[in-house]
Amino acid sequence: MNLDAIYILWLREIKRFIRSKSRIIGSLAFPTLILIIIGTGLNSVFTMGKLSYIEFIAPGMIGMVLLFSSISFGIMVIWDRQFGFLKEMLVAPISRTSIVVGKALGGVTTSMFQALLFLIVCFAIGIKIPSPLMLLLLFLVMILIAVGFVLVGIAFSSRMKDFHGFSLIMNFVVMPIFFLSGAFFPLDKLPEWLKWFVYIDPLTYGVDALRFCMVNTSSFPIWINLLALIVFGLVATIIGTLLFKTTQL
Amino acid sequence: MLPPVFSVSFPFNYLPFTNNAVISFRQFIKDMSNPVIDLLDLKKYFKEVKAVDGVSLSINQGEIFGLLGPNGAGKTTILNILCTLLKPTSGNAIICGHDINKDKDAVRRCIGIVFQDPSLDDQLTAYENLDLHGRLYHIPKDKRKQKMEELLELVELSDKKNVMVKTFSGGMKRRLEIARGLLHQPEVLFLDEPTLGLDPQTRRHIWEYIEKLNRDTKVTIILTTHYMDEADVLCNRVAIIDRGKISAIDTSTQLKKQIGGEVISIKTEDEFHPDQPWIKNVNKHDGCINLTVEEADQKLSLLMNIAQEKKINIDSVTIHKPTLEDVFLHFTGKTIREEEANWADAVRTRRRSRSR
Repeated sequence: MNLDAIYILWLREIKRFIRSKSRIIGSLAFPTLILIIIGTGLNSVFTMGKLSYIEFIAPGMIGMVLLFSSISFGIMVIWDRQFGFLKEMLVAPISRTSIVVGKALGGVTTSMFQALLFLIVCFAIGIKIPSPLMLLLLFLVMILIAVGFVLVGIAFSSRMKDFHGFSLIMNFVVMPIFFLSGAFFPLDKLPEWLKWFVYIDPLTYGVDALRFCMVNTSSFPIWINLLALIVFGLVATIIGTLLFKTTQL
Repeated sequence: MLPPVFSVSFPFNYLPFTNNAVISFRQFIKDMSNPVIDLLDLKKYFKEVKAVDGVSLSINQGEIFGLLGPNGAGKTTILNILCTLLKPTSGNAIICGHDINKDKDAVRRCIGIVFQDPSLDDQLTAYENLDLHGRLYHIPKDKRKQKMEELLELVELSDKKNVMVKTFSGGMKRRLEIARGLLHQPEVLFLDEPTLGLDPQTRRHIWEYIEKLNRDTKVTIILTTHYMDEADVLCNRVAIIDRGKISAIDTSTQLKKQIGGEVISIKTEDEFHPDQPWIKNVNKHDGCINLTVEEADQKLSLLMNIAQEKKINIDSVTIHKPTLEDVFLHFTGKTIREEEANWADAVRTRRRSRSR
């Protein structure tokens, strides 16, 4: 581990992120539209106990911002490969683990920044976090979700040579993870066959934990959610790092 | 009479002084012939394609060494192996005393590399790119700052240091990459096709930098190229690589000498058969008769006499020394362009299909 190298690789990501403002706005526009239009549109039809529908899906939208920004960040390693910068990192006398850590920290920071911007949108539509302790727990959950999915993205990009597979991953990995996560519907009345898919989706536990922190309802106890997220984060980190270590030009 | 400096040093222990001189002279000779890079039967196969097929060579401290060959001959693969990005199928290489198979980090620390394709982050400024590199190589802050200013000065980019790299021209990017490759003061600098795709003026500029670098910093430089003139101008020694093997290795002067003599090109529309024993080789090309002879300047008047006797109309005559192009033709039996057309395509398609 080389702290100097990790720091500078992290800083590089931050600089690149700040310099592409359209990326920030683009990533927030879609979830905001869903929240306001779908949320308001379906509000009259659905009531989730004491929650309005818009309150119900707001945590799901935070999960979506984290999922999309984290995975697409990880996949951006392909960009480094195509523009040659990956070679510059690979011939440097630093371990591949340092490169992964630097990259991942950069990805977590930038996704967190986007998710926090979206959290402000949520505050604007009237969501209130009950206590400062809940806010801290919320941050922890957000970080865990981001870590896991950034590493999933890095894992994919370690085995992809160009962008041809990108839409494949969006349609067959990212979208199912999002739709199965329970961002739009409650988990307790699902048919058996769907339940299984929902239960193996790591984002399910993320959204459930976010809902616990933001609107104080959840399907699972918080400790199960946290445990699931930690296991997911660890597994993704191990697999992502191993795959990146053996990445070829 | 000895100059005053000598008469001052003379009284101080005469013997050790000379001994030291002898030792340092020996050391100097040793350094000169001390290989910094040793390739031992290096092989790299991509499935059935033998990209590198048993290359052994030694490169000495302070040399500018050229790997010359058509695109796809295996030059870049050799470089990628030497800078630890690719694992060789078999064989080994020692760089600055470190084994590329066992001691990757040590090798990486003592080499600098400028890749064929740009490898800068174009969303960062020139200064930020250098700073990033300096930190990746763990150069202490003060030294890093000082070296960066120095190198930006050297490649004449000081006034552009805070400009985003994406606005740079090809030549500027290449210069910045050279500066970056030198930042951690490597003992060996690899340049992969350093002037590919650059205009003639920029090419000359880059050549000057490379020569200056080698002169001022004594860094050993290994460059690959498929430009004959580049190898000719820059390199102390040249290895001709063809289909993953070394066809010839020597100084470019020696290589040209092996062909022998000079080439007289006679442009004429008539049939001209001088048939003299001192003509070593004849070939016809584009309405020119090319004769390879020794001491062409003296033989020229003889030739003119023969032509006059046979009443042959000569449009023009030129004498040129053999170029590396002639050398390549001599050693591989093909011109470098013919070679590129066939072999490179095969290797490229294979490598692409592999990477899918």
